[in-house]
Amino acid sequence: MTDVMPAGERRQLAPPTVETGVFGWMRKNLFSSWGNGITTIVLIVVVAWILSNFLHWALFTATFDAKSGAECRGHGACWALIREKYRYIFFGSFPYEQHWRPLFAVIAMLAMLILSSDRRMWNKRLIAIWGIGSFITFLLMFGEISISISLILFMALAVGGLGMILRGSIAPPAELNGWRALAGIGAVGLVLRMVGVLPAWGLAIAPFSYVETGLWGGIPVTMILATYGLLFAFPFGILLALGRRSNLPLIKGLCVGFIELIRGVPLISLLIMASVMLPLFLPSGMNIDKFLRAQVAVILFAGAYIAEIIRGGLQSLPKGQFEAADAVGLNYVQKTTLIILPQALRVVIPPLINTFIGFFKDTSLVLIIGIFDFLNTANQALVDPNWAGFPGEVYLFAAFVYFCFCYSMSRYSKYLEIELNKGTRR
Amino acid sequence: MAVGSLGSSTTRTKVAPWNDPVIRGWVFQIVVVGLVGLLAWFLVSNTIENLQRQKIASGFSYLHREAGFEIGDTMIAYSPASTYARAIFVGMLNTLKVAVIGIFLSTILGTMIGVGRLSPNWLLAKICECYVEMFRNVPLLLWLFLIYKLISEAFPGPRQAINVLNSFFLSNRGLYAPVPLADPTYHWMGIAFLIGVVATVFVKRWAKKRQDATGQPFPTIKTGIGLIVGLPVIVWLLGGAPHHMSWPHLKGFNFDGGIVIQPEFTALLIGLVLYTSAFVAEIVRSGILALHKGQSEAASALGLSRGQVMRLVLLPQAMRLIIPPMTSQYLNITKNSSLAIAIGYPDLVAAVNVTINQTGQAIENILIIMAAYLSVSLSISAFMNWYNKRIALRER
Repeated sequence: MTDVMPAGERRQLAPPTVETGVFGWMRKNLFSSWGNGITTIVLIVVVAWILSNFLHWALFTATFDAKSGAECRGHGACWALIREKYRYIFFGSFPYEQHWRPLFAVIAMLAMLILSSDRRMWNKRLIAIWGIGSFITFLLMFGEISISISLILFMALAVGGLGMILRGSIAPPAELNGWRALAGIGAVGLVLRMVGVLPAWGLAIAPFSYVETGLWGGIPVTMILATYGLLFAFPFGILLALGRRSNLPLIKGLCVGFIELIRGVPLISLLIMASVMLPLFLPSGMNIDKFLRAQVAVILFAGAYIAEIIRGGLQSLPKGQFEAADAVGLNYVQKTTLIILPQALRVVIPPLINTFIGFFKDTSLVLIIGIFDFLNTANQALVDPNWAGFPGEVYLFAAFVYFCFCYSMSRYSKYLEIELNKGTRR
Repeated sequence: MAVGSLGSSTTRTKVAPWNDPVIRGWVFQIVVVGLVGLLAWFLVSNTIENLQRQKIASGFSYLHREAGFEIGDTMIAYSPASTYARAIFVGMLNTLKVAVIGIFLSTILGTMIGVGRLSPNWLLAKICECYVEMFRNVPLLLWLFLIYKLISEAFPGPRQAINVLNSFFLSNRGLYAPVPLADPTYHWMGIAFLIGVVATVFVKRWAKKRQDATGQPFPTIKTGIGLIVGLPVIVWLLGGAPHHMSWPHLKGFNFDGGIVIQPEFTALLIGLVLYTSAFVAEIVRSGILALHKGQSEAASALGLSRGQVMRLVLLPQAMRLIIPPMTSQYLNITKNSSLAIAIGYPDLVAAVNVTINQTGQAIENILIIMAAYLSVSLSISAFMNWYNKRIALRER
């Protein structure tokens, strides 16, 4: 300001009307030049034309209530079809009266996902959330869960062993003894079970009627395949990434070979492999559930992709972190779990969520080997001769559901990217 | 791993063998490899036993047997009497056809949308953003189904085909178009086209050298178009201007003659291109956004137009950031083209799948799929790595 005014007399001049408000905004963003103005007008015409046609079809002439497809014919969209079939599309062939079970399973899984998206939960609580949530989900889906004593013993051995490895040189002696005891009980118990001293006890929880995986369908299948696919692929991917970065030539070779092989072929070929080759791989008489086979294929596939993302995180760490950890005298496990992974994983959380979105969409490929995921049940809803001829409605509905899931996750990933980088941002 | 760096030090104090990092490393490796080997042995021995029990033949001799199934879309001569090897090769060519055209189109569309998202025109930017979100957040397979169903239900049957100039017929059996009848001149035109392309490359090199030396620009693009289009036209005229065409015409329930673009192929291509260009758009956009703002400001200050700023200053620099993620998108197109099986387009996986069902020899066929995709993937990444190296920033 060049002119000097006494502080009390300073007057606020209103800015020129052509540069602010709606008109100013339009002038700046829509009609800044001749070419821009013409583009805007053409686009408005095209968008208006598309929107009016779409709304005419989807809303104004649409049928929302009809007994069969014949009543819809000649009108616009037949949303009555969705109204009639939505329960099949969401839950597949699950027994009709029991549909509340997959519904609550989906709610449990959504609750797990939403709770784990809160950063305050990123600690030991996460394990509790996922343990309880998974138990509820599978109890609802299967209706009964029988846990054999061998499985319990094996879990004890695995958890104890893991605790011994990961907490081996940092835990206080009391905790360490706990891990050792757990692993010991597991190992001794398993040996006794194999020899035949322990009988084949099992813990059976069966509040509902049993529903086999062949009857599962719709949203729960898609969510289970994607969520548990990624959950199990995550530790696997970490191991692969660490292996790929290791100095041990044989380990490195194995990991590189696996990662490149899986990433080089389409998921479909792995799914076909899981459906036709896996039965050949196993001893005769041993049969693995089709759903589980698809889940294994998804885990292997996701593992290779996650490994590459984590490798990116590992490579983003400055070399000094590794050297400093060595200099302090930490061993490999300590260095990795205390110094390297916490930093590397923080970097890769947003891309990991993007991978999850990718796998959420890619699980739709399981329909090729005959598993009734959400897209497949939507597809099957079209087969009914009473309602033939309205593919657009069903696919748009399915697309809308997928969009809601994926878009909210991608927003979350964007938010997290900003949130996690607050510390490094200037 | 600490193991290597510690083990290589020359002045080592004597340690017990179970504390020696080198020995530990090898023991660990041998144990892991042993376990993997054990697993492999378990699987292989089971497989051999299962194959013997189910009396499934092994080996690749089935490839020479008669395939006996139809393939809807073939680029080379094929009949059900051809061998399995040829059937699989036909499928492979179809995969490559979809992949190559898809890569080409989605690069163009994706770049346009990515640049459009950065447009100063708010409406254009928003529309491009809607496009990206719409296609990125819904599975490709769903788009393929939707597009395929729309094509096969929205278009009329062959008898009521949409007739354009009595030569193009659009129906639910695909797009029929006239095609020139075979003539030796066309071979020569192909060779002339190749010569034109090679000549253009040399002209471009020479023009760049001249501009570097003297500052004088040379109309490379016009010359190039002249060479690439002009040479084949001259050859065509010299060859007596053959103009006999095979026209499509209705015969029975379908068309005869001409060339057909099948609805399966169209749906697959449209779906792949629309889906992948959403990802390409994001890559292009983030590549441009990553550039320093001073680059575009300096270019504008020099008096370049917005188009020139984009074409001469921003895109060449953004290319360096764009190429690596773009490579993985190209690989994705190639791999995603295997979704063809869901809408019935005979690509590699579809052809092999039929072969598996007919011969029961799953292992050999899966090996073929894997080998084929791996070789395609590796060659695409080799090419893109070469290109990336070529345009990389040359630092001293």
